[in-house]
Amino acid sequence: MIALPVAEANTSGARDLAVDFRSVDAAYRRVDVLHDLTLSIRQGERVALIGPNGAGKSTVLRVLAGLLQARSGQVTLLGRDVATIPRPEVARQLAVVPQLAALPFAMTVEDVVGLGRLPHEDPWRGQRPADRAAIGAAIERVGLGHLLGRDARELSLGERQLVLLAMAVAQQAPVLLLDEPTVHLDLGHQVQVMELLVDLNERDHITIVAVLHDLGLAGHFFPRLVLLDGGRIVGDGPPDQVLTGDQVRSVFRVDPELVRPASAVGRETAGA
Amino acid sequence: MSAQSEGIAIHRVTVRRHWSRRPVLLFAAGAIGLLVALVLGVALGTVAVAPLDTIGILGRRLLGLPIAQTWTPPAETIVLDLRLPRVLEAMVVGLGLSVAGTAFQGLLRNPLADPYVLGTASGAALGAAIAVVIPVRMLVLEFGLLHGLAFAGALLAVWTVYRLSRASPLAPLTGLVLTGYAVGSLLAAGLAMAMYLSGAGLRQIFGYLLGGLDGASWVRLAVAAPLILVASGAILFRARVLNGFLLGEETAAHLGIDVRRERAILLGLASLATAAAVAVSGLIGFVGLVVPHLVRLAVGPNARLVLPLSALAGASLLVFADLLARLLGEIPVGVVTAVVGAPFFLVMLRRVRTGYEL
Repeated sequence: MIALPVAEANTSGARDLAVDFRSVDAAYRRVDVLHDLTLSIRQGERVALIGPNGAGKSTVLRVLAGLLQARSGQVTLLGRDVATIPRPEVARQLAVVPQLAALPFAMTVEDVVGLGRLPHEDPWRGQRPADRAAIGAAIERVGLGHLLGRDARELSLGERQLVLLAMAVAQQAPVLLLDEPTVHLDLGHQVQVMELLVDLNERDHITIVAVLHDLGLAGHFFPRLVLLDGGRIVGDGPPDQVLTGDQVRSVFRVDPELVRPASAVGRETAGA
Repeated sequence: MSAQSEGIAIHRVTVRRHWSRRPVLLFAAGAIGLLVALVLGVALGTVAVAPLDTIGILGRRLLGLPIAQTWTPPAETIVLDLRLPRVLEAMVVGLGLSVAGTAFQGLLRNPLADPYVLGTASGAALGAAIAVVIPVRMLVLEFGLLHGLAFAGALLAVWTVYRLSRASPLAPLTGLVLTGYAVGSLLAAGLAMAMYLSGAGLRQIFGYLLGGLDGASWVRLAVAAPLILVASGAILFRARVLNGFLLGEETAAHLGIDVRRERAILLGLASLATAAAVAVSGLIGFVGLVVPHLVRLAVGPNARLVLPLSALAGASLLVFADLLARLLGEIPVGVVTAVVGAPFFLVMLRRVRTGYEL
């Protein structure tokens, strides 16, 4: 169907790692956010980062995308140190679904999704037929065909979020990062997005790393959860091992009964 | 599934119409508009030269075509030495302001931005006013102290704003715009003081503030045009970068753009084009604000189309505005652009939904 590039076997001997954090410390100005974080994600994995607000989940994504320099330690993307890869090259290896932002000018859905082709398009001639095909394919895959020529500013928050997701899909990178991809979506669209992520992961072998607040969705759709608290990893593994009553009580400081139905769902499907 | 395949069918149709035919037509219209502006701008004035004679003079003297001379020598002097440099200067200034306006709007992600938003106008105005007030007169290559100080003032003001905003803890863009406003206000106070002290020079300062192309000459054109054209051309080649900035600086970084570097380059180029334009023509308003919006209405936000079409449209528009200014008895061209531009802008704002959230 859609030819999305599979990550090439990397040459640096780091096996088939998509993402590798080695003892990474990161900070915003004076506030430490990540402490001695070590995390390896292999190509083709589907990983959800969970944890309370301020745990450092988004920071992991920012460091990985090269927007924030690690203060110490090493971060590699597909076998290469992120700090040494030129930005256009990073953009071809790693797509990030952006946060909703104000659009200063009228832009159609097609225009916005087309921005995902920026790392690929011909610097002089702009979008080529291959780019246009990728834009069409991404729009179809996210199910936005009916909104194609609409002004993106007139859409609902949920629809805009799907447009941004389509933009990242059009980028056709082997690694896809998402920060809270479902915040503005109703239940039906949340499930639709999750199923799309599963499909991109299983059919196109795209490595997916998503920050999620909804533990139910995380447990149900992701085979591996990484639980962060205070900038450290406090749990890493399949949902039934990470979402235990003790973990939930100590990390989220709530009665695990409140989450149990969700984690129970995770337990049922994790092995399937 | 069937709904999705319908969507894709619609998509293909739209893609073709959107990306090939319409821009070509608009480029053709822009080129014709520019040609018409050139001929009318040279032909009309207090002494009218017949359009055919105008074309004849231009063809014979500039292109070396063997056209029989049916016009008087004074007509040739008026066309070649007075009107042609003025029309070309209007074109170059209109082009520079429109391209710089597109760049500033895209870079600052602000539809209200114009080439003057980061202090170029106030810096140039203060420079010009100081040149009028101090009792020093000099002329190098038909450039007075006024042009030099206006040029330097514009660049100095932007540089100050840029440096100060880097020290600000605000998000870079907000910091830049607010710093521009603060520095602009400070320079405006200086300008007010200079005007208060200027006495008989007040009229000259006002003339500069309102903009005018009446002092155009080949020598001035030869100095200003390369600066404006090179800076604008370099911006045109960075259309891809401007597209990357559409969804904000963080997304631009994710799309592979070196945000800090490109922001500095684009600000520098747009400021250079603006400074060179205001140095020769004074503060002509509204062109750099309205033209990019007009073009976006026609072709959407893609900078690959918006930048070159703005260049064409801005160039013709300022020739027509200057022509009107001449025909109305040499009123300042800035008055014409404001009187025509402002109501036009208001109508446009009412037609376009200005939803600025998302």
